[in-house]
Amino acid sequence: MTATAEVRGRSRPRSSWRRRDAATGYLFVAPAVLGSVAFVMVPLIAVVWFSLHEWNVLAATFTFEGAANYERMLADPALRQSLIASAWFSAGILVLNISLALLLAVLLNQKLPGTTFFRVAFFSPVVVSLVAWTIVWGFLLQSDGGINALLASIGIDGPNWLRGSTTAMVSIVVVQVFKNVGLNMVLFLAALQGVPEEIQEAATLDGAGAWRRFRTITVPMISPTILLVSILTVVGSLETFALIDVMTQGGPGNSTTVLVYYLYRQAFQFNEFGYASAIAVLLFLIVLVLTLLQWQTRKRWVHHEN
Amino acid sequence: MVQRRSITTALTASFATVALAACNGSGTDVSEPDPDEPIDLRMTVWTADESQLALFDDIADAYIAENPDLVSSVTFESLPFDDYTTSLTTQLAGGNTPDLAWIFESTAPEFVGSGALADLRPALEESEGYEYEDLLPAALELWSQDDGLYAYPFSNSPFAVFVNTDRIDEAGLPDPQQLLADGEWTFDAMRELSAESADEIGGHGMEVRDFNYSIWENLAMVWGGWDAEAWTADGTECGFTQPEMVEAMSWLHEAIFVDGALPGPGSTPDFFGGDMTFSITQISRASALDGSFEWDLIPLPAGPAGQQNVIGQAGLGVLQNGQDPAVAADFLAYFTNPENAEALAAYFPPPRESLLDAAVLAEGNPMLSQEQLEAVVVGGIDGAITKPAHANFAQLQSTIRGELDSLWTAQADVDVVLADVCEAAQPLLED
Repeated sequence: MTATAEVRGRSRPRSSWRRRDAATGYLFVAPAVLGSVAFVMVPLIAVVWFSLHEWNVLAATFTFEGAANYERMLADPALRQSLIASAWFSAGILVLNISLALLLAVLLNQKLPGTTFFRVAFFSPVVVSLVAWTIVWGFLLQSDGGINALLASIGIDGPNWLRGSTTAMVSIVVVQVFKNVGLNMVLFLAALQGVPEEIQEAATLDGAGAWRRFRTITVPMISPTILLVSILTVVGSLETFALIDVMTQGGPGNSTTVLVYYLYRQAFQFNEFGYASAIAVLLFLIVLVLTLLQWQTRKRWVHHEN
Repeated sequence: MVQRRSITTALTASFATVALAACNGSGTDVSEPDPDEPIDLRMTVWTADESQLALFDDIADAYIAENPDLVSSVTFESLPFDDYTTSLTTQLAGGNTPDLAWIFESTAPEFVGSGALADLRPALEESEGYEYEDLLPAALELWSQDDGLYAYPFSNSPFAVFVNTDRIDEAGLPDPQQLLADGEWTFDAMRELSAESADEIGGHGMEVRDFNYSIWENLAMVWGGWDAEAWTADGTECGFTQPEMVEAMSWLHEAIFVDGALPGPGSTPDFFGGDMTFSITQISRASALDGSFEWDLIPLPAGPAGQQNVIGQAGLGVLQNGQDPAVAADFLAYFTNPENAEALAAYFPPPRESLLDAAVLAEGNPMLSQEQLEAVVVGGIDGAITKPAHANFAQLQSTIRGELDSLWTAQADVDVVLADVCEAAQPLLED
């Protein structure tokens, strides 16, 4: 009886302590949960709701149209163009950004004098204002700008970079890559420094060359970071807006009108908020599918995944 | 369950904004302001000029002193010029509707036709001492529908040509003012002087300010001389394939790519920086002149179809879904009455016939002489056209810009590009 009472006596405070602990935990996560609900879930649901309506802000009309906006999307050639532009833009960013970031990280992972300076130099664009960065590049890429002056000094007649459909796309990809490559470089650097030296040394003793060590040891060991970087880069590229708005405004023609810029045009220039909401839902689904695809394929090539 | 209820509550709050925005207050009587208590008015403007805002505040303070039972404060909210309409429509979408707003002439048909604006005519006509009949009918045209007036054209700023006379003298070229006096001030003459000045002393010849190979509607200042138009007056037929437009755009293409009279696409020279001979722009830009070079201001040149004046108009309207359109309209009537219109004329040429007088305008424009104001402003408003405007303007602007991008290359076939423009624009005109 006494023993039981003692056990009960001990269990009561512990349970109450746990409850207090749980309450404190809930209190800590509450702002984040509330924030997510208010600023992510509610807008997300609202956008889906808006996408089922024709909403003209000036005429102050908000009419339920069912799937009309989605049917319109299927028949909209400009939307198809913007999807193609988005695909080129994202593919260009993904390939260039990851390969350049990895190359820089490998180079700057060497124990050589001056590497700290170069790490700072390549990372610094990340902290520069995107609009300022874009405006400066806009001047450099003018027909009589710095890039063409540089090319002229070696006898090359440079194109009008932002006025040709191909050169404009290449230009915005390059400008975006130089802006963000430093961030990915730092992530790769951190991953490279986590690759155990002894494995590399053992492979060297077994006669493996530098390329083989990189391909069979380094890449698999940093594959979780490659997965992370590729997901972040693809999502980031699909959301790129300010760069395009400042540099090309979607032109020439519609060659650099990526999906998010097309969405902006429909909503804020043409006042087609319902249709723009449907495009936003499409963009959300594209990001979701691409992210899930990347996540699913991790089992095949990400080394540390169980 | 609790969670589901919370989400429902949050959604309801979110959708309430839309419902408010969608709630059309048509039928509000704007002629009888009678609020339960004084309200705080808000007007969106695109100017951030401190002296202009100070003048607005003075007028508002005087109104509040006379009408303390109607209005307790007036806030003039400056939105960025480049994104002005976008910012305004975003406010409307969010249910944050201003009481009054400035509106570009290009979007006038869209705002007027949509029912977003209240009819001001009763309030203006019934306002004591307003002198409604003094307003120029031609200036009101763009803002009228049936018998209603949906915005007051508070600014009627003519486009004219700024001349860097230092560059003209340095290149040893004839004085444009003399050409004007001799009846030889034509677009061809301006193009020739532009190309020669650039050849002789470097720098650049001429610009259509703010065109930047993107805002094509500013080219109306040029093609007006050919009597060309982007679309017919009723807004249903594309005008880019009309012979007048083809001729005007061919002239422009040659001026850019053959003569080098205009800097090509992708470069951003600035007349006010001093390395350009001519700039076609509005007189309000005179404030950017810093005295680093001598300049003159003359009317737009004549084209093959004669001389055509073009004005940039800005309207001031009352939003139907504002707090109390009747009070806002009463304030607008006070803001634009003859006395205040005269004060505002220092910056914004008014649509009042009695105030279109060079001596009156000169009092508020110290940088411009009475002669310049007489020739450019007083003479420039008479018979002037406005830049293209359409109920579907935003879509047309964007679509035509995209098609015209092909024109701004040296090898472009003008006829083919303009045919493409009309093919893309015609469905939007019929929409």
